[in-house]
Amino acid sequence: MVVPSLKLQDLIQEIRRAKTQAQEREVIQKECAHIRATFRDGDPLHRHRQLTKLLFVHVLGYPAHFGQMECLKLIASPRFIDKRVGYLGAMLLLDERHDAHLLITNSIKNDLSQGTQPVQGLALCTLSTMGSAEMCRDLAPEVEKLLLHPSPYVRKKAVLTAVHMIRKVPELSSIFLPSCAQLLHERHHGTLLGTVTLITELCEGSPAALRHFQKVVPQLVQILRTLVTTGYSTEHSISGVSNPFLQVRILRLLRILGRNHEESSEAMNDLLAQVATNTDTSRNAGSAVLFETVLTIMDIRSAAGLRVLAVNILGRFLLNSDKNIRYVALTSLLRLVQSDHSAVQRHRPTVVECLWETDASLSRRALELSLALVNGSNVRAMTQELQAFLESCSPDLRADCASGILLAAERFAPTKRWHIDTILHVLTTAGTHVRDDAVANLTQLIGGAQELHAYSVRRLYSALAEDISQQPLVQVAAWCIGEYGDLLLEGNCEDIEPLQVEEEEVLALLEKVLQSHMSLPATRGYALTALMKLSTRFHGDNNRIRQVVSIYGSCLDVELQQRAVEYDTLFRKYDHMRAAILEKMPLMERGDYQVDEEAKQSKAAAQLSEAAPVPTEPQASKLLDLLDLLDSPSGDAQHPPPLDPAPGGTLVHLLDLPCAPPAPAPIPDLKVFEREGLQLNLSFTRPPGSPALLLITVTTTNFSEGDVTHFICQAAVPKSFQLQLQAPSGDTALARGGLPITQLFRILSPNKAPLRLKLRLTYTHFGQSVQEIFEVNNLPVETWQ
Amino acid sequence: MVTGARPRWGRAEGVPLHMAEIRFILIQNRAGKTRLAKWYMQFDDDEKQKLIEEVHAVVTVRDAKHTNFVEFRNFKIIYRRYAGLYFCICVDVNDNNLAYLEAIHNFVEVLNEYFHNVCELDLVFNFYKVYTVVDEMFLAGEIRETSQTKVLKQLLMLQSLE
Repeated sequence: MVVPSLKLQDLIQEIRRAKTQAQEREVIQKECAHIRATFRDGDPLHRHRQLTKLLFVHVLGYPAHFGQMECLKLIASPRFIDKRVGYLGAMLLLDERHDAHLLITNSIKNDLSQGTQPVQGLALCTLSTMGSAEMCRDLAPEVEKLLLHPSPYVRKKAVLTAVHMIRKVPELSSIFLPSCAQLLHERHHGTLLGTVTLITELCEGSPAALRHFQKVVPQLVQILRTLVTTGYSTEHSISGVSNPFLQVRILRLLRILGRNHEESSEAMNDLLAQVATNTDTSRNAGSAVLFETVLTIMDIRSAAGLRVLAVNILGRFLLNSDKNIRYVALTSLLRLVQSDHSAVQRHRPTVVECLWETDASLSRRALELSLALVNGSNVRAMTQELQAFLESCSPDLRADCASGILLAAERFAPTKRWHIDTILHVLTTAGTHVRDDAVANLTQLIGGAQELHAYSVRRLYSALAEDISQQPLVQVAAWCIGEYGDLLLEGNCEDIEPLQVEEEEVLALLEKVLQSHMSLPATRGYALTALMKLSTRFHGDNNRIRQVVSIYGSCLDVELQQRAVEYDTLFRKYDHMRAAILEKMPLMERGDYQVDEEAKQSKAAAQLSEAAPVPTEPQASKLLDLLDLLDSPSGDAQHPPPLDPAPGGTLVHLLDLPCAPPAPAPIPDLKVFEREGLQLNLSFTRPPGSPALLLITVTTTNFSEGDVTHFICQAAVPKSFQLQLQAPSGDTALARGGLPITQLFRILSPNKAPLRLKLRLTYTHFGQSVQEIFEVNNLPVETWQ
Repeated sequence: MVTGARPRWGRAEGVPLHMAEIRFILIQNRAGKTRLAKWYMQFDDDEKQKLIEEVHAVVTVRDAKHTNFVEFRNFKIIYRRYAGLYFCICVDVNDNNLAYLEAIHNFVEVLNEYFHNVCELDLVFNFYKVYTVVDEMFLAGEIRETSQTKVLKQLLMLQSLE
């Protein structure tokens, strides 16, 4: 029984009537089986209908590959209606990966040379959509002939097909280049549009073509001028702008031709100014043209006045009520802020307004731009705005905003007190989002500002008393209280209102930090050390402190336990040295990002425990010592016999520590890698205490247009060295000079062998993954002496 | 100084391999059904399906307070919503957003004229004609013909041949 085949309309109706996915599948499977049968032995007259139904099914997402051969048959048929469906099927079903596609090459060749115009159009269209490299090579001569076909309908399709062919097979450009000169004289807009695209493609492909076409710049300028002034034809104008698409294309080509080329740039200057001032921007079409003009002005060697005009246009865009236009303005200003800083500065207030946009992509760009615009004169006002933004912005922007504010404060802080206030404010608002070295920076800053010690410790104490959950803040506060606790007890300080604090309150607060489950192990370490320091700063008795310290002697965390035991021993055996060990820290050297006073303190404690063996194993002997101390009331004055020269020697060493020899001359930085805008810089430091240790900081900055992601840097050194890599600050380098990635290497070289360093980078840039392995040459001599 | 640039055969130094400006054009309805998918770049079938789903997810959550541009993988999508249909064009990051927005509007106006006040059902029942319109206005991933009158004239001429 022959089931009559459904017409296309009926099939569509039936599919739409299906209420569930399963029902739809059923209908389609039935129909596909039927179509398969007709393909095998149905009559050729109605084959196109079957294929059309099949294509509909394919568009819905179902597999339809068995129709590929039918496409070939239909294309070969002489009827237009067959060819139309066949070519559409070819575009949808065939692609480069299946060898079947080569079979239509012959049909296309016939159609191109002998078909009627519509047929030629179909063939060209298909070729440009799915033409593979082999097909393009075979059919290039035919397409070239059609470039000069009398009918514009065919010409314009041929030109764009040529563009596709050049993309697939770059060597074919030599075939199409000669015709371009004649095609430029076109009056037909469609063909002109295609020609300009073709020339653009040729120029981007090879520098020789670029030079060749720089001669036609005057001609292009003339075309554009005619477009703008006399209005070529009304049928191409959109919202009063004559053929904006053609204008945009020509502007783009001018940009490529004028880049780095004085002569061409000069020829374009007047025209660009004319377009910039005459275009009507009340509708989107005009804005599109104006935007492209601005981009072109910025890219070529234009006159300074023209550049300022361009930036002002962008500034005007920022005030536009249309979000889209604000978006493109912000993106472009971000690109320009490095090169034309002062011109962009003029629009700073508007940029800051854009921080409060509801669309996240807009506010992110506004944030980046605002951070780039901060300088010495506007830092106070800008920081205020940015801090207000920090309080209310979305979480993913917080980290960037916080680090941006801190960086800006570091570079442009007018006074130290303002700097400390700013960092404090950031830590309280967004403490969890700041980078790890913020703590170290702040402590170093406070340590250096002698006159502000009292002020800082008071502010930090009040902040800590309110909230102990923000870890960086707690760490800094704990450190500060430990160092300057005595200043906290004096009631008055001129800058803030007097705060009456009792010793017991301070100790209670620190204990609270120690016990809180929100505190990280590092924070606890800070708190414990602070408590210990207070034992010398405060004048009450130290029982409470001693109690806490001994409790933590049995803490599960090994770091805390070690500290507690060492401090406990300090109380018991070395009480006479306690004051000297715990006195105020000297100012730390700048330039060591990761070295914090923790390391120095534990080094000091380690030296102590090295010189005088602290008995961690025999608890019995400890007990005996304790009994000794208790027996002799002047236990402090008595040294246990076995430690005679050592303590004195250690004491001398410890006292020496603050007065370390001045830091050696800084080693110059080294730029080791550059590729497509991604740069790698190495900076070297030697911490003064350990001459065998070299710290290398690797900074990766991205000046290109695209973000670099999944960035991993690995290093290798000769066997005689020891290398330790610390975790990098991130794995993404934002485009256009955004936040760089930093990573620290520690290299220990016990013998003074020459240092060799090999680096391996893997990352993703412009959608491609890159791997680079190279050895760093010309390392400065100081790195291994 | 070590440079990592590898020479690219036959291309200008430092210029990436040039692709078609438009990667694909999609028309989807709010429920996610594709009404038209024109690809100007090679993708596997399952990649295509995945892309369609991703675009749908990204575009339907946005409303009037968002811009018409979305960053998507390492391209960007320019889209506009007309009644229940989303017209999306996927282009390179460096392209002129506003111009492509105009192109979408131009295309929709042509569809409107051709189908006499087009609605979604027109696009469903005449899907092959929609492909013809696309091919008249865009070719090889570039904008081809921008004059609405010319395009309509050609479409009517093609229709008369059937």
